[in-house]
Amino acid sequence: MITNKKPRSSDTDSNYMRDDRTEMSEDDDRSPPSDSIANGSCPTRTCTPGSGSGSGSGSSSIPEYSAPYPDRVLENVLENVLWFLTSRKDRNAASLVCRSWYRVEAMTRSDLFIGNCYAVSPERATSRFTRVRSVTLKGKPRFADFNLMPPNWGAHFAPWVSATAKAYPWLEKIHLKRMSVTDDDLALLAESFSGFKELVLVCCDGFGTSGLAAVASKCRQLKVLDLIESEVSDDEVDWIMCFPDTETCLESLIFDCVECLVDFDALERLVVRSPSLKKLRLNRFVSIGQLYRLMVRAPQLTHLGTGSFSPSEDVAQGELELDYVSAFAACKSLVCLSGFREIVPDCLPAIYPICANLTSLNFSYANISAEQLKPIISNCHKLQTFWVLDSICDEGLQAVATTCKELRELRVFPFDPREDIEGPVSEVGLQAISEGCRKLQSILYFCQRMTNAAVIAMSKNCPDLVVFRLCIMGRQRPDHVTGEPMDEGFGAIVMNCKKLTRLAVSGLLTDTAFAYIGKYGKIVRTLSVAFAGDSDMGLKYVLEGCPRLQKLEIRDSPFGDTALLSGLHHYYNMRFLWMSACRLSHQGCQQIAQALPHLVVEVIKHEDTVHTDDYADTLYMYRSLAGRRHDVPKFVSIL
Amino acid sequence: MEFDRDLNLEATELRLGLPGTVTEQSEKQKPNSNATKSNKRSLPDMNGESEVRRENSSASSNDKKSHGQETAPPIKTQVVGWPPIRSYRKNSLQAKKLEAEAAGLFVKVSMDGAPYLRKIDLKVYKGYPELLEVLEEMFKFKVGEYSEREGYNGSEHVPTYEDKDGDWMLVGDVPWEMFINSCKRLRIMKESEARGLGCAV
Repeated sequence: MITNKKPRSSDTDSNYMRDDRTEMSEDDDRSPPSDSIANGSCPTRTCTPGSGSGSGSGSSSIPEYSAPYPDRVLENVLENVLWFLTSRKDRNAASLVCRSWYRVEAMTRSDLFIGNCYAVSPERATSRFTRVRSVTLKGKPRFADFNLMPPNWGAHFAPWVSATAKAYPWLEKIHLKRMSVTDDDLALLAESFSGFKELVLVCCDGFGTSGLAAVASKCRQLKVLDLIESEVSDDEVDWIMCFPDTETCLESLIFDCVECLVDFDALERLVVRSPSLKKLRLNRFVSIGQLYRLMVRAPQLTHLGTGSFSPSEDVAQGELELDYVSAFAACKSLVCLSGFREIVPDCLPAIYPICANLTSLNFSYANISAEQLKPIISNCHKLQTFWVLDSICDEGLQAVATTCKELRELRVFPFDPREDIEGPVSEVGLQAISEGCRKLQSILYFCQRMTNAAVIAMSKNCPDLVVFRLCIMGRQRPDHVTGEPMDEGFGAIVMNCKKLTRLAVSGLLTDTAFAYIGKYGKIVRTLSVAFAGDSDMGLKYVLEGCPRLQKLEIRDSPFGDTALLSGLHHYYNMRFLWMSACRLSHQGCQQIAQALPHLVVEVIKHEDTVHTDDYADTLYMYRSLAGRRHDVPKFVSIL
Repeated sequence: MEFDRDLNLEATELRLGLPGTVTEQSEKQKPNSNATKSNKRSLPDMNGESEVRRENSSASSNDKKSHGQETAPPIKTQVVGWPPIRSYRKNSLQAKKLEAEAAGLFVKVSMDGAPYLRKIDLKVYKGYPELLEVLEEMFKFKVGEYSEREGYNGSEHVPTYEDKDGDWMLVGDVPWEMFINSCKRLRIMKESEARGLGCAV
């Protein structure tokens, strides 16, 4: 008895989709196939009489038997059922069923996820979804992290905080990624949401310690304050002191990216009066002696960021004599360890007691050698996530491969990110990992040299790979043993890793590599390309071959207008396309803009390039219900 | 922009070739130089190498954009946002590297009979020969032939150093790395005073 009628086509976009409400970094939305939006025809059967959904469906005759349930009861039932629907994929599908379901779904959605803050206006989002308790917003595209986007491009939190302040006074959670947030925004947030519980800011900027102070002092129900890789300016306000003097609800306090001193005594007192605290990640201004004091106060911690992990300069001797081993041993629930910002390797043995329990270890700021790593890693049998610097060399990676059989995620960062140096890790380390860590799902690997053979080996040894990001730092480096392009290696990855959804390529790559990706990368959602390919064919293969492609970021590759035009059928299904320093002309971009009215096509100029009128510096385009944005800076033109 | 703070390593790099010469390594690694990429927004090149490279690589389809840019993929010139490391991480590690590099290993050098001391940075030298050459130049003396058994034979002066334990040792006995990590100061002794040091084994 349900009309299969399309609601207003535009609102059904996967702008609102998200699988897992806690997962910020993974891209996992899936758009409905493009023809479902265009296709208006559907069989019509009336819904219950009296409901508005019957209008226009054609048949207005009274059915032979009267509908057993009045509209309101149906909606109540639906409401009760739909509350259980948490996955945004499912919710989106539900909202497409008919007007009634659309309405009820909109009323029952509590987690609002906006993958691109410019894809929809805050007003539109808040008027459709009326009972939201948690908002997730993502702003700038990822390449902005690498200075490829001029500052002040946009992604302002301000219009969102004011719209949600009015629409959702009961709002509890805000998660932002790559947004520009000001102190005023944070002050408004703190004022407007009395029951506010959770603030997570990832890769955000524009605010300082005074904004944090506002949140700390006014959000009395605050459970989570997580600042991750964000830039926080030092306004010389001690925000830690601004937490209320009473017992707090804090469960998670992450501030390892905050580059300013906090008053340690205030921090210690805060920890003492936060009995629910489970996650604490300190910044590098906390010395190891201070860490000790906090650990003895909070042995219930599950996640610990150790701060500098070195003695402070003045009290060095005293600090070195503390019984760190006991302090760590007392933290029986500790499963996730990070920090080590200024590590003094002599202090490392302190963590031996808890190695066996660790599921996550982040050494990516610790310049340690293989020898220093081995005693630690040989005990980390349960380790699933490991981030490390390449200072451990291939030998260190071999040690990881020997012990960490449960490893799911590995990230190897370069200590010295230059292009033309020897480099301590290579295909040897990658091969070792592939042989030892068969359950690997996600890898990010920076190196100076690589071989196809090692990449092929990984494709075969690690069939569960979902994320494969290899960064050969020298641009266009071939296989250093055979001298050949890296096509075969990446080809093997897309061919053999059937679960692969995220891929970043590097090294010398011809169009062949992209042919492989287009042919085998059927579920690839995110693709990152730099200094690769020979011709337009490369991009064409990908645009024509990868139906699930959502996010495509390309820099410095010879793809031009022809290639760009070959993706017209697909751009509405994507969250965004980024192409910088390619061969796109303004006319080419203009053509896209004209062909696809719901696409916002931004051409971004960079100050330090010489402007020839022929090529667009950067193209950033994304589907949007909101049309051209109103906060466009001078260096952006929207076609 | 962040990258302005990055070291322009190229400008301070020590090389044997004349400025403007392209190293062998860069030639070898670019078999497909036709697949040129525009390397936009590269750092302004301080010793003009980019100009030369552009002339050297003729196959460029980016000639329109060649002003101020590399056409042959350069090894040395840094490019914005590459490798793709977030600024926060880059700056944290950069600071550490600079600290380590800048710290240097300055030690005082005295010579018997000289009116004042000198200071040198041990980290700058790659090994003993270089160090000795510098010392000879600085203090105008000559060391003799070094041998493990006999120390410095046939010279009026002998280079010695005080190590971490406070002992006076003959320069050259231990491996270079160990030496620079344990040397606290240098003293160029008169041969007559040094007698006894070289023979002890």
